[in-house]
Amino acid sequence: MPDKAMGDPGFGVVLATGEAPVFQPGDRVRILVRAPIGHYRVPTYLRGKQGSIEAVIEPPAVDNEEEGFGRNAGSKRHYYRVAIPMTEVWADYVGSPRDGLRIEIFETWLERM
Amino acid sequence: MVEPHHDHDHDHEGHDHPHAEIAEAGRPGYYDIMETAVRELLIERKMIRADEIRRQIEVIDSRTPALGAKVVARAWVDPRFKARLLANGRTACEELGISFYDDTELIVLENTPEVHNLIVCTLCSCYPRPVLGLPPDWYKLKPYRARAVSEPRAVLAEFGTEISQDVEIRVSDSTAMVRYLVLPMRPDGTDSYSEQQLADLVTRDAMIGVIPVQLQGE
Repeated sequence: MPDKAMGDPGFGVVLATGEAPVFQPGDRVRILVRAPIGHYRVPTYLRGKQGSIEAVIEPPAVDNEEEGFGRNAGSKRHYYRVAIPMTEVWADYVGSPRDGLRIEIFETWLERM
Repeated sequence: MVEPHHDHDHDHEGHDHPHAEIAEAGRPGYYDIMETAVRELLIERKMIRADEIRRQIEVIDSRTPALGAKVVARAWVDPRFKARLLANGRTACEELGISFYDDTELIVLENTPEVHNLIVCTLCSCYPRPVLGLPPDWYKLKPYRARAVSEPRAVLAEFGTEISQDVEIRVSDSTAMVRYLVLPMRPDGTDSYSEQQLADLVTRDAMIGVIPVQLQGE
């Protein structure tokens, strides 16, 4: 990933809102609990679950949920590959405690813990 | 599309396999009518041309698991390609001439003795179509979609794949702009294989992660 967040000290480049990722690999996050009507991309079974950022997905992309209604402009943010233990999702999970789920979540659905 | 009635009861000119005349049977369903109406409106309003639909079907038909198998075999024989593939699946596939007509990103997930990857789309049927073509029906049906994320070990066992408890299972749920391709482990005993012979071993199911790559007859 290019070191965009730092800018270039020689030129004093200022990044627009949303250009730099808000989260970094290793950050602990919670997936928000929202119940939007219409088009959404965060499955219900993961809302409210806790995990950690595994990777920032480049490049920033249009919010699929906005795009579903034809609103494509100005909504670019990062998606993140989020790691969630299976035991966090399913209390009665059968398998290794190291088993996990990975999903890409748009920035506006995540909060820092 | 309405499935033709197919009860194998008469001889057909040109081959000796008897079957009923292939014809539309019954009335079109709700979604058939909606698809036709939307398509005709889009063409009438000059939003798209009929030829663009035909062309897109050709694009999709040209994508088959053989492309994914070529990518996997190349990664097995060329460590530098493999590194690029794991760093950015899309640009590495583009090196081999595989275009991403649907503007998705591709993350390639490497299976190792410690980690077994499985892919699913719980919301619908997101699938790495640019490299694998159309998904199998079971991939799109709710039992696989629900169970792959809740009891992956039981699902894998039903495909004949027993994963040891010391191996971590990672299920990637594909829901938005990223697609996944599993890079299976190269089977033992294939040191003398050519790249094409290796590609011939790699099946669709191995690249979804429901089975390992096996030697023929194993």
